Amino acid sequence: MEIPYTVSPRQDTGLNNAKLGIWLFLASEVMLFGALFSSYILLRVGATEWPQGADILNVPLATFNTVVLITSSITMVMSWAALQMNDFRKYRLYMGATFMAGVIFLIVKAIEYGDKFSHHLYPSNNTFMAIYFTLTGLHGLHIIGGMIVNGYFLGPGSKMWKTEPERFTNRIEVAGLYWHFVDLVWIFLFPVLYLL
Amino acid sequence: MSDTHTDEVKKHVKIYVNVFLALMVLTVITVAVSYLDLPIPVAIVLALIVATIKSSLVAGFFMHLIHEKKAVIATLIVTAVVFLILIFIPLFSETNKVTY
Repeated sequence: MEIPYTVSPRQDTGLNNAKLGIWLFLASEVMLFGALFSSYILLRVGATEWPQGADILNVPLATFNTVVLITSSITMVMSWAALQMNDFRKYRLYMGATFMAGVIFLIVKAIEYGDKFSHHLYPSNNTFMAIYFTLTGLHGLHIIGGMIVNGYFLGPGSKMWKTEPERFTNRIEVAGLYWHFVDLVWIFLFPVLYLL
Repeated sequence: MSDTHTDEVKKHVKIYVNVFLALMVLTVITVAVSYLDLPIPVAIVLALIVATIKSSLVAGFFMHLIHEKKAVIATLIVTAVVFLILIFIPLFSETNKVTY
């Protein structure tokens, strides 16, 4: 039996399976990060004093990473727009750029982590370092997850463009929704951990 | 693809570029404000306002929520309400102050 609504929207929701699925998944992701942000607030309001993020963490590197992620968000949405305009070559260019931005983000993050470890700063040191590593670590894992998906659609998964272009375009839209969400989380993580 | 469809997408692309530029400016503002040495409560409120504007731009335009179907909006309203409850729980909780 063929699975319905892979491309055409359902009458009642106006959404295809992938679109509804990703939004439900993102709703669960909001709760996952929400729980950790909530924990951060609890730790902070429960502390007699709290360090200034900028005194411990590297603000210029994190600012650079913010720019990298925002740039990757626009290249991601441009890759989807390219497919909508039937331009597969441009799609590959923009998706490739998005993937590379993910690589750059992770390299910078690794440099930051390395620097912390070299100064003997670990999650076990205090609650600030613990929540810093937990939040940025989980976010980093989300970047890796997104890169696996984007890498697949850049390589073997792109074969679908030849057989089912509309479905492939929808897949890129859905992958994009996830990627933008990961960017959105960083938009809050950056000031909360590094600047306040 | 039809010409009207392509024109429509090109219009969206222009919006994406403008949103990108706005996000860059807001990032500069976020960092600049942190160097002003404002009192912590003011700094927190300002940083959260800027972050909320930035995330609204990403959600509204890159994730095209501004013209998304009701089913998605309804799901997100429920999510937002529960998220806010989760965020406000610690503010109303009584904890013994400990060192960080």
